[in-house]
Amino acid sequence: MEVREHIIEVKDMVKKYGSFTANDHLSFHVERGEIFGFLGANGAGKTTAMRILCGLSYPTSGEIRVAGHDVYRERERIKRKIGYMSQKFSLYEDLTVSENIHLYAGIYGLGRKQIVVREEQLLERLGLAHVRNRLIREIPLGWKQKLAFSVAIFHQPAIVFLDEPTGGVDPITRRQFWEMIHDATEEGITVFVTTHYMDEAEYCDRVSIMVDGRIDALDTPAALKQQYESVNMNEVFLKLARS
Amino acid sequence: MKRFFGFVKKEFQHIFRDKRTLLILFGLPIVMIILFGFVVSTEIRDVKVGIWDRSMDQASIRATQKIFSSGYFVPAGYIDHEEEIGELFRSGKARVVVVFEEGFERNLLREDRAAINLIADASDANTAQLSLTYLQGVLMTYFQSMNQDVEVPWSVNMKSRMFYNEEMKGVYMFIPGLMALILVLISALMTSVTIAREKEFGTMELLLASPLKPREIILGKVTPYVLLSFVNAMTIVLLGFLVFDVPVRGSLWLLMLICMLYITLALSLGVLISTNVKTQQMAMFISLLGLMLPSILLSGFIFPIENMPKVLQWFSAIMPPRWFIVIVKNIMLKGTGFAFIWKETLILLGMTIFFILAAVKRFKIRLN
Amino acid sequence: MSLIIDHIDISFDTVQALRQVDFEVQDGELFGLIGPDGAGKSTLFRIMASLLVPDAGRCLMHGHDVVKDYREVRKIIGYMPGRFSLYMDLSVEENLAFYARVFGTTVEENYDLIRDVYEQIAPFKKRLAGKLSGGMKQKLALSCALIHRPEILILDEPTTGVDAVSRREFWDMLKKIQKEGITIVVSTPYMDEAEMCDRVALIQKGRLLEITDPSVPSRSDGTALFSLRSHKGVYAYLEKVRNLEACMHAWLFGDQLHVTLQSERDADHVKSIIDGWGDSSLEWEKIIPSIEDRFMGLIEQNNI
Repeated sequence: MEVREHIIEVKDMVKKYGSFTANDHLSFHVERGEIFGFLGANGAGKTTAMRILCGLSYPTSGEIRVAGHDVYRERERIKRKIGYMSQKFSLYEDLTVSENIHLYAGIYGLGRKQIVVREEQLLERLGLAHVRNRLIREIPLGWKQKLAFSVAIFHQPAIVFLDEPTGGVDPITRRQFWEMIHDATEEGITVFVTTHYMDEAEYCDRVSIMVDGRIDALDTPAALKQQYESVNMNEVFLKLARS
Repeated sequence: MKRFFGFVKKEFQHIFRDKRTLLILFGLPIVMIILFGFVVSTEIRDVKVGIWDRSMDQASIRATQKIFSSGYFVPAGYIDHEEEIGELFRSGKARVVVVFEEGFERNLLREDRAAINLIADASDANTAQLSLTYLQGVLMTYFQSMNQDVEVPWSVNMKSRMFYNEEMKGVYMFIPGLMALILVLISALMTSVTIAREKEFGTMELLLASPLKPREIILGKVTPYVLLSFVNAMTIVLLGFLVFDVPVRGSLWLLMLICMLYITLALSLGVLISTNVKTQQMAMFISLLGLMLPSILLSGFIFPIENMPKVLQWFSAIMPPRWFIVIVKNIMLKGTGFAFIWKETLILLGMTIFFILAAVKRFKIRLN
Repeated sequence: MSLIIDHIDISFDTVQALRQVDFEVQDGELFGLIGPDGAGKSTLFRIMASLLVPDAGRCLMHGHDVVKDYREVRKIIGYMPGRFSLYMDLSVEENLAFYARVFGTTVEENYDLIRDVYEQIAPFKKRLAGKLSGGMKQKLALSCALIHRPEILILDEPTTGVDAVSRREFWDMLKKIQKEGITIVVSTPYMDEAEMCDRVALIQKGRLLEITDPSVPSRSDGTALFSLRSHKGVYAYLEKVRNLEACMHAWLFGDQLHVTLQSERDADHVKSIIDGWGDSSLEWEKIIPSIEDRFMGLIEQNNI
């Protein structure tokens, strides 16, 4: 297997809140262009780690580089090179589809002409051209999530962080969403994703599973299933979390 | 009944666990009163006094010296014309002017009576009133001490005049006004917010789906605030008495009864507001904008109702605080009994019944 | 019959949230409502909880009409709304005691029923509900919904946003509660949880698509479902498979592709094409559709 560049490099990352250790010496890396699944039970420390990687909070200690930049000193540069989407917050409900696209593209400093051209391509590809002037709150959840993902990668970031992107979405839209994720990796974007749907873990190139602030397992889904003698990722997850 | 007490207990737990609620409940009345205490101070110091001495004899000069050695007043200079009084006031060089009549000493010696005019700038009514009282006190003491050696006591006739605000409105108004404001704020705002909170957090959905009746929910939510608001009303009366010497000349029982009526009214207003909103933020917004501002501006608390445009006067008539302030002023300051306030009380009672009915009617047993 | 939903319609403004929803739930059954967000599940639960009045149709809970006899309904149901309806500033035990009193009972009276659930969170009984993890909040909310020993328990998306371990534990608890003779209606967006129910109703965009027993293979409509696996990963084959003439649709499904063929007769032909792709690790086999497969088929079929 070819050796790929490490787009995220984490060494001994620790994050403490008072006496509580949310992230206990995490060490892992994410390769450029892969889909990296970041799993774990509620409260295992996923959100904390993700916030640090996105440059939203400082670690207590450790050496962390994201897209070649140090999380202590170069947070602003990191933020320019990443995209972020979560189920809870993605688009402004009271703005139209088009206004949301322009807003986010503007935040990332894209030129007006560039925005117009890419907006056209994006709406065409998603089949949403006919709703471009509708408010976000008026369009179905499935469309919203697909649009939110497209907006998150609109500025062609090196990495996109997805926090439970498919929660509550119907099974077909969920799969269409994952096909979009695969397409994004083909454009060279690295995907860092959390999910509670264990079948989605199978779509990842590699999966890490956090338990109590530590990463207890990290490998390809196939290798993990073999290692834990399980038929699917759900079993792997249950075995790990219960041990 | 057990159900009801369970509910009330829970409500108290909410209140005593939320620092913000506690702060508003108990901190607000105290802070407001102290704040007003600074604005409407009872202490005077270094009040600038101008002198128009039309006789310039020994007695008037002595009296002038007494005034400035009292420690409360500082000289703002002498004047010789009546027109200069207005100038001093307008330029802010003096707050009070003392006028000794012509031939002051001669009159005292020959007729045993003389006159001093005290003129105050009453645009700050409270300071003006206090300054005059102090001045009178200082001069009285002085002339009384002179009287000890004389057979026929001198009588000095002191006439006071106010410039700009001759009727002295709004001086003692602030305690009844504050009561009206704080009770509306705590009762209406807090209940509307606490009910809206149940809606916002989704707990109202469960309460509605339980065997609780709407009136049990409303009463359960409101009861703690009745008690706390009442405690607050009495705290204000007590603080007013202790700190500002605002007396309760009429019946305390009547005052309490009226307070209870007003609290009930405010609470039912709070419930009514909560039936129309979905979030705490919205409840707070409506309560502040719809209740607190009119309570301050239109109730006669700060601006005299007679000076308002006709339209605003009509508006003020539907403001509950307006009637409450009239009643409380009557009981506390004038010491009148129920015979003089039954009309206002009836208006408040009518409003209370209207709001309760409206609130119960609007309180839904379902979500749609 | 525990629960009768009789041709219910309801609209909000211009949006029809439920149309002609019609089903029945047996006494003691564990009945699932499966569908994505916005399908109308919560609306249906609110109707069952007597909180919404349908525009048309009836809903009977143990014979009590949710509109006319709403007082009776409210006595016999235990309702857990979609959002955790707990008081975050009250402790675990205070929440429980409050809900017990609201229903005119005490924690002690029905402790037997909630013991299994409550003992898992009892070590934290002094902790404020707001400080609990998602899984613990869910257990507390369940305890509160059970405290008055309801005849029918209706749970709106109790496992949403909860991790796989807590979800599994939650379903184990529901099975135990069912054994106490309590009828349970529960909704979820997770298809894999359907397998835990006696029967499930699949619902999408306000319409009931199908009611099935997850343990019984579905009736055949002539189509056939196959799975395709490869050591090299299946995503690379997705387009290829979709381009096959016999393929109706193909979707990622865990580590496999699930491929619906128009007819089983095409299977051999397709197999021969696949063999020609030169990947010896490719495995092609006929499979029994899961609930999720069926749901996806129904969505495609109804084109919604």
